[in-house]
Amino acid sequence: MIKNYLKNTWDGLYTILIGMKVTWKHLFVPAVTIQYPEERVPMVERARNRLFVNINDCIGCGQCATACPVDCIDIETVKSVPPDDLGLTSNGKKKMLWVTKFDIDIAKCCFCQLCVFPCPTECIQMTDVYEFSEFKRDELVYHFANLSDGEIKEKQDNFEKFQAEKEAQKLAAAKAKAEAAAKKAAEEKEKNEQSSSENETEKPEEE
Amino acid sequence: MQDYISEITGSDLIAFIAGTVPPLAFMVVFTLFAVWLERKVSAHMQDRLGPMRVGYHGALQTLADFLKLLQKEDIVAAAADRPLFNIAPYLVFVGTFLAYAMLPFTSIYIGSSADVGIFFILAVSGFVVAGLLMAGWGSNNKYSLYGAMRSAAQIVSYEIPTALVVLTMLMFYGTMSLGEISLQQTDMMWNWGILGGPLTGIAKFLIIPFIFVAFILLFISSLAETNRTPFDLPESESELVAGFSTEYSGVKFAMFFLAEFANMFLVSAVLVVFFFGGYQSPFGYLGNLFGIEWLVPIEQTFWFIIKGLFFVFVQMWLRWTLPRVRVDQLMTICWKYLIPYAFINLLIVGLILLI
Repeated sequence: MIKNYLKNTWDGLYTILIGMKVTWKHLFVPAVTIQYPEERVPMVERARNRLFVNINDCIGCGQCATACPVDCIDIETVKSVPPDDLGLTSNGKKKMLWVTKFDIDIAKCCFCQLCVFPCPTECIQMTDVYEFSEFKRDELVYHFANLSDGEIKEKQDNFEKFQAEKEAQKLAAAKAKAEAAAKKAAEEKEKNEQSSSENETEKPEEE
Repeated sequence: MQDYISEITGSDLIAFIAGTVPPLAFMVVFTLFAVWLERKVSAHMQDRLGPMRVGYHGALQTLADFLKLLQKEDIVAAAADRPLFNIAPYLVFVGTFLAYAMLPFTSIYIGSSADVGIFFILAVSGFVVAGLLMAGWGSNNKYSLYGAMRSAAQIVSYEIPTALVVLTMLMFYGTMSLGEISLQQTDMMWNWGILGGPLTGIAKFLIIPFIFVAFILLFISSLAETNRTPFDLPESESELVAGFSTEYSGVKFAMFFLAEFANMFLVSAVLVVFFFGGYQSPFGYLGNLFGIEWLVPIEQTFWFIIKGLFFVFVQMWLRWTLPRVRVDQLMTICWKYLIPYAFINLLIVGLILLI
């Protein structure tokens, strides 16, 4: 019994010394942590973080908005009218639409990257920026479209005017056509009337 | 010290202030330093860096924290027992501060010239228990009360082995005054308590192992008396929130903190005085070597604080090595191990001293 008692005492002190040796060694192990805002762990390649849209390359096709599973992309476009030249995208596609609204609500974004693949011009991309917290949720909605309100209005007016002109032209054309048709019909009628007497004689031939 | 100054200046008041302020200033500066040291030691032992922002390697972090604490609202819970609640932190602080009166920082400075020395320190350390109980009871909070009860039980039971070891050392030195004890260990390292002290001949060699046992016993029981890990049951964060200091905030909390860290240095200083020569240098003094007399007390203060800090460091080292003991283990260590060993040690040292 006394042997056991002494052994307990010895074990108690000896194991404390072993533990102290371990902690002493760790005192000189370099820190495994880093000083965060100054040093950062580099992001891996293809890391998925904040979305970025290069609006100059966007053709406004809306495929990203369709692909998004959480509907966080909101696109509105206005068709360009003939004299406008929107230029080409960096990979040579012709731009046909004015992108009047390109909003991404990053608060809703689930970082699935599904919007990136369908883009024909590779203008929507995931960046390595991961610090974008805001105090208000509204500030998490990013507006990428670079047209001002005035410009948007102008484009819309242009388009409407163009549309109206087109409509007018169409109407005019239709009217002209109708007139032409009427004229033709009248002529036909006249002709018919004229030929009706002849028809009587020529009827067998016609059949 | 006080008598000396009052003789020079002819005023008791100046002598009183001059005698009281140095330990107080030391306590505050030491606490600021020790809190920083604790955080750095714990961080590096866990392969972290600890505070790095304020000052060089976070050196001013504690000062910033302290300033923040001073600005905090002094909250007193509605159901608290106000008089007890308010006075408790100051009582704890005063209990610790009183004990500093007996510490010999140098051969010429000691707060009080009373001969009771270590006996006084043991007595006023017991006084701290009353403060802790008042804090726990006054908070009217079950965790605080639990913490205070544990603290009281722990401090009171560990006073027995402490007193027994102190008794051993008093037999060895033949005096209770810490200044006298330091004086006996003068000259070189081999006169330190742990190496047989002022004894000569065969007794010196016979006594060394038993003095060493006494040192281990006193170290463990003083660790328990300061409520440090592995004996930090009174304020075990994971169980009792923060023990008796749960309800405290602002300056009162700072008082508890100050008392805790000052107490750490106090027990280290007692260990140093008993076993490691007090303020004595391990090898002569530069002041004596070059004949500059005023340098000697400065060197002595340096050695005293360095030795004290070393044991404070060992306490921190143990804190980050050992897990907390259970309540039954706490009592087992005290009653089944420390007290029997202290008794046997007392007998053997007594027999050796009779040779």
